[in-house]
Amino acid sequence: MSEMIIKNGFVFDPLAGIKGEKKDIGIKDGKIVDASEVKKGKEIDASGKTVMAGGVDIHTHVVGPKVNVGRLMRPEDKLFRSRTKERNTRMQMGFAVPSTYATGYAYARMGYAYVNEAAMPPLHSPHVHEEIRDTPILDISAMPVMGNNWFQMEYLKQGEIENNAAYTAWLLRATKGIGIKCVNPGGTEAWGWGMNCLTIHDPVPYFDITPAEIVKGQIQTNEFLGLPHSLHVHGNNLGNPGSAETTLDTLKLAEGITTNNKFGREQVLHNTHLQFHSYGGTGWGDFESASQKMMDYVNKQKNISFDVGFVTLDETTTMTADGPFEYHLNHLNHLKWANVDVELETAAGVVPFVYDKNSKVCDIQWAIGLELALLAKDHMKCHLTTDHPNAGPFTRYPRVIKWLMSKQARDELLHSFKYADKVIDATIIESMDRELDLYEIAQMTRAGTAKCLGISNMYGGLTPGMNANVAIYDLNPEDMPKDPEMIESAFSRAAYMIKDGVVVVENGDVIATTPRKTIWTDAKYPLNELVERDIREKFLKYYTVELENYMVFDDHVYNTVPLEVESPAA
Amino acid sequence: MPKVIKNVGCPYCGCSCDDVEVTVSDDGKHVLEVKNVCAIGTEIFMHGGDREGRIRLPRMRQEDGTFKDVSFEEATDFMAKTLLKAKKPLMYGFGSTNCEGQAAAARVMERAGGMLDNCASICHGSSFLAIFDNGYPSCTLGEVKNRADVIVYWGSNPAHAHPRHMSRYSIFPRGYFSGKGHKGKTVIVVDPRFTDTARVADHVLQVRQGHDYDLFCAFRMVLHGHADDIPDVVANIPKEKILEVAEILKNARFVNIFFGMGLCHSDGRNHNIDIAISMTRDINQFTKCTIMAMRGHYNIAGPGQVWSWVFGFPYCLDLTKKNMAHMNPGETSSVDLAMRDEVDAFVNIGTDAGAHFPIPAVQHLKKHPFITIDPSVNMASEISDLHVPVKICGVDDGGIVYRMDNVPIQFRQVVNAPDGVPSDEEFLDGVYERMVELEGEKFDE
Ligand code: SF4
Ligand SMILES: [Zn+2]
Repeated sequence: MSEMIIKNGFVFDPLAGIKGEKKDIGIKDGKIVDASEVKKGKEIDASGKTVMAGGVDIHTHVVGPKVNVGRLMRPEDKLFRSRTKERNTRMQMGFAVPSTYATGYAYARMGYAYVNEAAMPPLHSPHVHEEIRDTPILDISAMPVMGNNWFQMEYLKQGEIENNAAYTAWLLRATKGIGIKCVNPGGTEAWGWGMNCLTIHDPVPYFDITPAEIVKGQIQTNEFLGLPHSLHVHGNNLGNPGSAETTLDTLKLAEGITTNNKFGREQVLHNTHLQFHSYGGTGWGDFESASQKMMDYVNKQKNISFDVGFVTLDETTTMTADGPFEYHLNHLNHLKWANVDVELETAAGVVPFVYDKNSKVCDIQWAIGLELALLAKDHMKCHLTTDHPNAGPFTRYPRVIKWLMSKQARDELLHSFKYADKVIDATIIESMDRELDLYEIAQMTRAGTAKCLGISNMYGGLTPGMNANVAIYDLNPEDMPKDPEMIESAFSRAAYMIKDGVVVVENGDVIATTPRKTIWTDAKYPLNELVERDIREKFLKYYTVELENYMVFDDHVYNTVPLEVESPAA
Repeated sequence: MPKVIKNVGCPYCGCSCDDVEVTVSDDGKHVLEVKNVCAIGTEIFMHGGDREGRIRLPRMRQEDGTFKDVSFEEATDFMAKTLLKAKKPLMYGFGSTNCEGQAAAARVMERAGGMLDNCASICHGSSFLAIFDNGYPSCTLGEVKNRADVIVYWGSNPAHAHPRHMSRYSIFPRGYFSGKGHKGKTVIVVDPRFTDTARVADHVLQVRQGHDYDLFCAFRMVLHGHADDIPDVVANIPKEKILEVAEILKNARFVNIFFGMGLCHSDGRNHNIDIAISMTRDINQFTKCTIMAMRGHYNIAGPGQVWSWVFGFPYCLDLTKKNMAHMNPGETSSVDLAMRDEVDAFVNIGTDAGAHFPIPAVQHLKKHPFITIDPSVNMASEISDLHVPVKICGVDDGGIVYRMDNVPIQFRQVVNAPDGVPSDEEFLDGVYERMVELEGEKFDE
């Protein structure tokens, strides 16, 4: 295969502690090598430019059933909102919920190499893998949704961590998933009856367990198995005024638990889209930011990480396995509403949403996201996401970076709001002077996310031996542009994006593609007789597909890369 | 020794039952016996494999009107050239193909710059229009099995069209929260005819033909607290009955409404589905309620899924701009295109447009090259210029299909197709490669 050298760029590689030093990066056979090893091949002149590893998105919704419901349900998201096909691409349709082809190219243009689909209903896993096959360039992992899984609720109710671990390891193999996703624990099962669990102590109807017990049990299961990623939680009471209290209750469940894994991650709980979970007030009238309170706690905890879920003030399509939340959202805006309850496992809702710049509530949400990131002490544990497409499309990441790096950009927008005064009263954003630097952005978008996912031996850095995913941006750290718009445009159109050693983007245009891969966790912990019998029985009695057809067939999974793990507890 | 293959999917109706047991001959060429299949599903298995009478080579129409066998290379070349030459080629069908074939077709028609449509265009297409407007509060069939205590079949007759639907998913199975099976469920059938499904119902509402919308309005009035304002009879249904059924819906634990073509193709069409969805939303104010389309073929939900992720639209795709997809039923839908004689090359795949399209539409299509890709002889194949036999998905080809509730089901191959016969995907990939050869320049994906 090819060799390549990237010369004279300012390199930001937080995994290796490199902070903008001038450095050459060598590439050989799709891997990073020491620059001295490259003798021939293409030379890319990166002088005056920023060089980072390919981006790693820890939480996005780009493949699978509810994403596809969002696409199908919204023809208006295509009309006049799609890019036209380029010379080396397929058609690219959609804005808030782009087609698989549009998704792959758009991430590549921003310098991303890896995304983690944050919600895979196990029953629908063949669908997720079909979409992965049709998503160009990106390597993808997917997290099976388990917070309302009947097996897990029954095992955890009895405190049977070992049985739960055996089932979980089996489910990861059956679905080719990477780790445990937990959405509105118990509440989504309650939604099967049109109900919900709003606090972590509300009992789940008929299952005699509480959300707190589910979360705690899942953390223990995760560490028992030593999975690459931690438990990935979207807690109860998302999106409501006062959600911060419920969130703090949830986070406290992780206190005192230490991690047990060989993948280098430090957290035992990852709280996703923390922005939606950091709301104060008692109703929409006195709705306010609780970011300070949230970060006072989070900054002190070593074993918690989070991604933000920045609100980008766009028209978008919300979608989550938090079925009851989407039902309530459709009562707020009276737009169309899709719902899919999935037998024995989970649910999902989809509702279009407009984050209107002239709405006080939306603007406060915007501010809360930024506050969380600006208050964070360690950006290895604070990640850039929009919970795409929930708080905004992933294509707005460059805009979010602009806001994080420029107070001027934030203030201009803040003061253009119709209810700017009220927004300022309800938040602390105006008082914040902090501007993040490129090193912190690299932490938030590649190094930290890769580490938290447990894949930092392959992704998120530029150490020899890692996958040759390199993004080069037209930004000179020694001479940063005065105009914040230039920051947004530099991150929108990578000067170069190299995926597995192939230049796929040049000057923001897609010029080639590479084979993508599916990353999943092969947890070796075996099934025992009891769990095996439970699985057979549930399939016979309650599922509507046969057990042998439920497990995704090997030939339906695209280019797999298993992360092998022996349970440290076994 | 004959071999028994278990957990096989049935490639017939939208139930996509995946518990079939097939006994196959020693040589793996014939199906000897099938179990767990209803009467209509049984036949399809008997057609598979290396049986007598199966078409093994493409057939090309000659000057004198007769068919002549040609090689698959010739067929591939003919189709590639036909698509490239045409200004507005149309590929239509896909009720009986797997998703892999549907993805390959998307690639071919994007390259060709043509029209791409599936059978939803003439069945549940109107339901999609309602979904565009109002969403789709639905669930998987196992939710119905485990939770539902009230089942509504509106404008659908599963007793004939989906024979195992009631026993596998809705009325008869004992689920986790529905251990009493049929005894614990109330069944409501709304249909102008007294169907065989109505025979098992607790409440039969013989709605006046074409007046479903009125009846929905009446139910919604009651649900919104305006019962006093509805007339004594609505669409043939007495007010007392409406009140009684509304009460059942409100007091249920979990309601599911299954609707069929009786609703999406009677007067009102998409508007009927739209208001059915609105009623579903209304019932959710009282209890849990979901709604589901009774999709016809075992994978007719498939193209809606595949093309939504590839293009963002489920059917009626106009790819003629070559750089953007566009959809506008009525303008870009197959029958309308054909009636206006806009199509200058037609590919019928995994369906029978010859039998299902209006005669004037077929007459227009016949003026231009007409190709059928299908394992069997059907009306479309017999009027084609080229008929390409392919494997039968679910019998001699595996693949992924989407059941009526959009749950993906992995189908297995049970017998071997005759030597050399490709799958839809393999054949279409060949056509794509040939188009690339003819046109030069290739874009990678
Ligand atoms: S109900 Fe449908 S899918 Fe099931 S066996 Fe009969 S025809 Fe086949
Ligand atoms: Zn999410």
